[in-house]
Amino acid sequence: MNVIVCVKQIPDPAAPGALDPATKTLKRDGKPILDESDSYGVEMALQLVDAAGGGEVSIVSMSSADEVTGLRTALAMGAAKGTIVSDPALKGSDALTTAKVLAAAIQRMGGADLILAATESSDGYTGTVPEQMAEVLGLPSVTFAKKVVVDGGSLKVDRQTESGYDEVTCPLPAVVSVTAGVVEPRYPSFKGIMAAKSKPIDVVSASDLGVSPVGWAGSGQDITSIEQAEARAAGTIIEDDGEGFAKIVAYLENLKVI
Amino acid sequence: MNIWVFAQTANGAPTTGTLELISKARTLGTVTAFIGGDGAAVAGSLGEHGASKVYATGDLAGALPGVAVSAAMKAVIDGGDAPALIMFPQNYEGRDVMSRLSVKLDRTVLTNNVDVAASGSSVSVTTPIFGGNTLVTTTFSGQGPFLAAFRPKSFAAEPNGGGAAEVVAAPVPETGATGTARVVAVHVEETSGPKLDEAAIVVSGGRGLGEAGKYEMIEALAKQLKGAPGASRAIVDAGWVPYSYQVGQTGKVVKPTVYIAAGISGATQHMVGMKGAKNIIAINKDKEAPIFGIADLGIVGDVTKVLPALLAALQARG
Repeated sequence: MNVIVCVKQIPDPAAPGALDPATKTLKRDGKPILDESDSYGVEMALQLVDAAGGGEVSIVSMSSADEVTGLRTALAMGAAKGTIVSDPALKGSDALTTAKVLAAAIQRMGGADLILAATESSDGYTGTVPEQMAEVLGLPSVTFAKKVVVDGGSLKVDRQTESGYDEVTCPLPAVVSVTAGVVEPRYPSFKGIMAAKSKPIDVVSASDLGVSPVGWAGSGQDITSIEQAEARAAGTIIEDDGEGFAKIVAYLENLKVI
Repeated sequence: MNIWVFAQTANGAPTTGTLELISKARTLGTVTAFIGGDGAAVAGSLGEHGASKVYATGDLAGALPGVAVSAAMKAVIDGGDAPALIMFPQNYEGRDVMSRLSVKLDRTVLTNNVDVAASGSSVSVTTPIFGGNTLVTTTFSGQGPFLAAFRPKSFAAEPNGGGAAEVVAAPVPETGATGTARVVAVHVEETSGPKLDEAAIVVSGGRGLGEAGKYEMIEALAKQLKGAPGASRAIVDAGWVPYSYQVGQTGKVVKPTVYIAAGISGATQHMVGMKGAKNIIAINKDKEAPIFGIADLGIVGDVTKVLPALLAALQARG
C-alpha cells in the first residue's frame, strides 16, 4: 500500500508570531520546522504500510520559500521520498489554492491508495485543506480520524465528533485527516537522519503543475484592517507562600459562586 | 442580502450554535437555514430566531454531511437561488461542508471568525489572531456566494418571534465516488456533571500537573465547584484525557463565570478558547507564563500544592 502524507513546514512555534506589515500575511522567515501536527500523519502512514506488508510512504508539501529542513525530519522518520511545490509566487495563497496545488502535486506523484493530512496546521489553522483536496481529487474523505485501520480495499475509521466518535467505513483511495495524539510519533534515529540526507526530494513550481492563479491574486480576499483587541484589565498576580489557595477561596466568595 | 446558515440539530432541536448564527444573520438580511436532514421538526425554532426558509436534504442515510450537504447546496445554487453569504459554524461538520462547497464554487473560505458586517454587496469578517490580541478584518473580493465560518459563542442566540420557516426540499444529487464513506455506528461518550461548554465554572488542567494521575485533582475540584473539568491540548495530545475535554482553538470554546487554569501556560491555541470567561484564575509555576497576562487572579506556585489545599479549604466549608 502506498500512502502520501501532506506535511507543512512552519515557523518554530516557540518564536512569537508576527505579521509582515507590507503583505499582512504571517511572517514565515527563520528556519522552518515540521509542523508537530504532521508527525502524527507520518507515523500513522508508516504503521499502516508496515501492517499492509509492503508499499511506501511519500510526503508532499508546499512552500513559498526554498527550504526543506522540515521535510528531512519526515524522511528521517522513515518516509521514502518527497515532493515539494516551492515557488515565491505561492506567497499569500489561501486554503483553496493550497488544496489545488497539493492535489496537482499528488497527481504528479502518481496518486496513492491513501492520502493523510493533519486536521489543521499549527500556524494558520484554517483546517479545510484536506477536505478541499479530496474534492479536487474527486475522492471520498474522512476528517478528524482518531483511529484508522485498513481492511482490504477499504478503511475503518473512528471519527471524532462533538459528543464521542463515529465508526465510518470508506473505500480506497481516500483522503483522511488525523487528529493529534492518535499515535506516538517516533523520534528519527541517527541512521534515519543520515539516510534522509540522500532521499530524493522533487522540487517543482506552481507553473510546472499548471495551477493558476496562485498567491494573493487567487485568494479572493483583501485584508482591510488590523487592530489590537481590547486588552483585559491587569489582574492581581501573587507568589504562593502556602496561603495562595486562601486568595482563591476569597476571590470565589466575592463572586458568590461558593 | 440573502444569507444561508448551515444548520445542525442535536436531539431533534437546532444546536445553540445554529441559533447564534441565524440570530446574527437576520440583522444583515433575509435568512435561509440549510439542513442536512429533516426540516419540518425544526422549522418552528429556526423561524422563531429569524429564518424565513429551510432547505432540507432529508435523511442522509449514513453519508457524511461534508459531501452530501455541499452537493445539495450546489444544486440549489445552480438552480438559480444563490445567496450572497453562507455562514457555517466552526466545527467538524461546518468545516467539511464549507470545504467541499468551496471547491465546487471555486470560492475562498474565511474561517475562525468572531464577527461579520455587510455593506451593499460587500461582506467583511473579523478573526482574532495571536491568541486574540490582534483582530484582522478581511473583505471578500470577487463574486459571492462568500463562505465564512464562525466560532461558537460569537453571537447571542435570541428569538425575535418569527413564524415557522417554510420548508423546501433540497435533495442530495448523485455524489459518485466522493460520497462513498458511511457512518456505520455512533458512540456517545458519557459524561456526568454540567457540559464543558455550558458550565458556569470550568477547571482546566495542563502539563504543569506533571503526570496523568494528577488530573484527578482537576476532576475533584470541578466536582466540588459543581463545574466541568477541562484540559489543554498538550495533555489531550499526551493521552491523559479524551479529546472531549479540550478547551481551545481545536476544542471547546467556553465562556464561564469562572475559569480556573491550573498548570496551563497559556498557548494561543488554548487562550482563544477561554479568554471570553468573565473571571480567570491562573495557577502556574512560571511567573512569565502568558496565562498571567489575562488572569484576574494569578497564583505563581506549584499546582500540585495549591490545588489540594484549595480543595481541602472548599470541602471544609461544606
